[in-house]
Amino acid sequence: MEYHLNIPADKEQIKKLKVGDIIYVTGKVFTARDEAHHMMLEKDKISFDPAEMALFHCGPLMKKENGKWQAVSAGPTTSSRMEIFEDKFIEKFGIGIIIGKGGMGERTEKALQKYTCVYTSYTGGAGALAADKIEEVLGVYWLEELGMPEAAWIFKVKEFGPLVVAIDSHGESIYRNIKK
Amino acid sequence: MDFEDIENGIVELIRKAETELPKDVVNSLKKAYEIEEGVAKTQIDAILTNIDLAKKSKRPMCQDTGIQTFFVTVGKDFPHIEKLNEIILNGVKKATKEIPLRPNTVDPLTNENHKDNTGLQIPYITWEFSEGSDVKITALPKGGGSENMSKLGMLKPGVGIEGVKDFVVEEMIKAAGNPCPPTVVGVGIGGGADLSLKLGKKSLLRPVGERHKDKTIAKIEEELIKRINASGIGPMGLGGKTTVLDVHVEKAHRHPASLPVGIAVQCWADRRANMIIHSDGSWEVK
Ligand code: SF4
Repeated sequence: MEYHLNIPADKEQIKKLKVGDIIYVTGKVFTARDEAHHMMLEKDKISFDPAEMALFHCGPLMKKENGKWQAVSAGPTTSSRMEIFEDKFIEKFGIGIIIGKGGMGERTEKALQKYTCVYTSYTGGAGALAADKIEEVLGVYWLEELGMPEAAWIFKVKEFGPLVVAIDSHGESIYRNIKK
Repeated sequence: MDFEDIENGIVELIRKAETELPKDVVNSLKKAYEIEEGVAKTQIDAILTNIDLAKKSKRPMCQDTGIQTFFVTVGKDFPHIEKLNEIILNGVKKATKEIPLRPNTVDPLTNENHKDNTGLQIPYITWEFSEGSDVKITALPKGGGSENMSKLGMLKPGVGIEGVKDFVVEEMIKAAGNPCPPTVVGVGIGGGADLSLKLGKKSLLRPVGERHKDKTIAKIEEELIKRINASGIGPMGLGGKTTVLDVHVEKAHRHPASLPVGIAVQCWADRRANMIIHSDGSWEVK
């Protein structure tokens, strides 16, 4: 099935998604790699609301032109590096949709079920295509401390995809099916 | 000689590599598109659209613009051999700003980003010498996702070539979707630990679809392609027929007691571009 969803998607919509479905999302996403995950888990308060956004495993290539940030190329990064943080991260921030590549492990699978969240795969390396769907860069956090790839970037995206539902909220994983 | 002009040539070389895939790779992806269905087809479709978009808009096809890696063959009569290293370094710095490239060089102890894609030993340059007065440079920017799937196996010589093949197939199944398949896999057999890995990486310079001249090696390559693709891992590890676009194998003589196997993995973004610098300082990027 193919779906076009607005972010944040409600839990009922997320429950409907099954492994192998293709979705396109419109709304806000924030990027976080290992270091941003680590940092956000340690902080008591952060100044944006992750629950309103999709989480994007991405270390983008950005450019500042006339004082405004632009995404040049922004595909997904390998998600398995975030496995050690993700269950706690989903719980703390109420994430509904994760966008990454390569798949995640059992701890994340369980958290996806428990908190009704899906892990979707975006075509690895398709950075120019992804940047083309980013309408606006709404902000950036911890750019100085973490550097361009590791900072948390907030993007407004339109029809961002195709995203393949790779681990759903019912305990199914496309990766496990292939391993069999 | 106008060294600054040659630096600009290096920028063009990197731009070409980062924004345009070589024809052999694109053709092989197009073939994959023909045979794939369902989710796998959507992935190859996104890759092909992305390649097109990157080329037209002259922006890097992947946000991971890689570690800048160069293979340089210096004609021994080139008049300014001593300047080449600096020219490449300055070219990389300029390219980082102009193309732009993602700052990808981090100090392993302090985690500090050097911000201009240079640093200790980086860009990584392999030097070779030849007759004549031209300098040939191949740029092979290397992404982290695929590099992380590199493997070195110090196998027991007793396992023989069958053991080598099993090792490569198993490692590529373990790598699954992480190196952004469909990949190109370079395998170096023999030499020592470092040489086997180097041979694997150098074999990535051979065009996709070109078999080794040695028939025995060509047969091993064909078998490896078949076996890895039979795993069903498919584009992005989401299932499908195309896990590798190609496998390249190279060999070197080994010590009687060791059988090193080095695996270098290249993602579908098999970025390569070539440049020639002539003895008068003029240059071409191909
Ligand atoms: S593995 Fe290659 S295609 Fe994938 S994100 Fe890294 S550099 Fe890009």
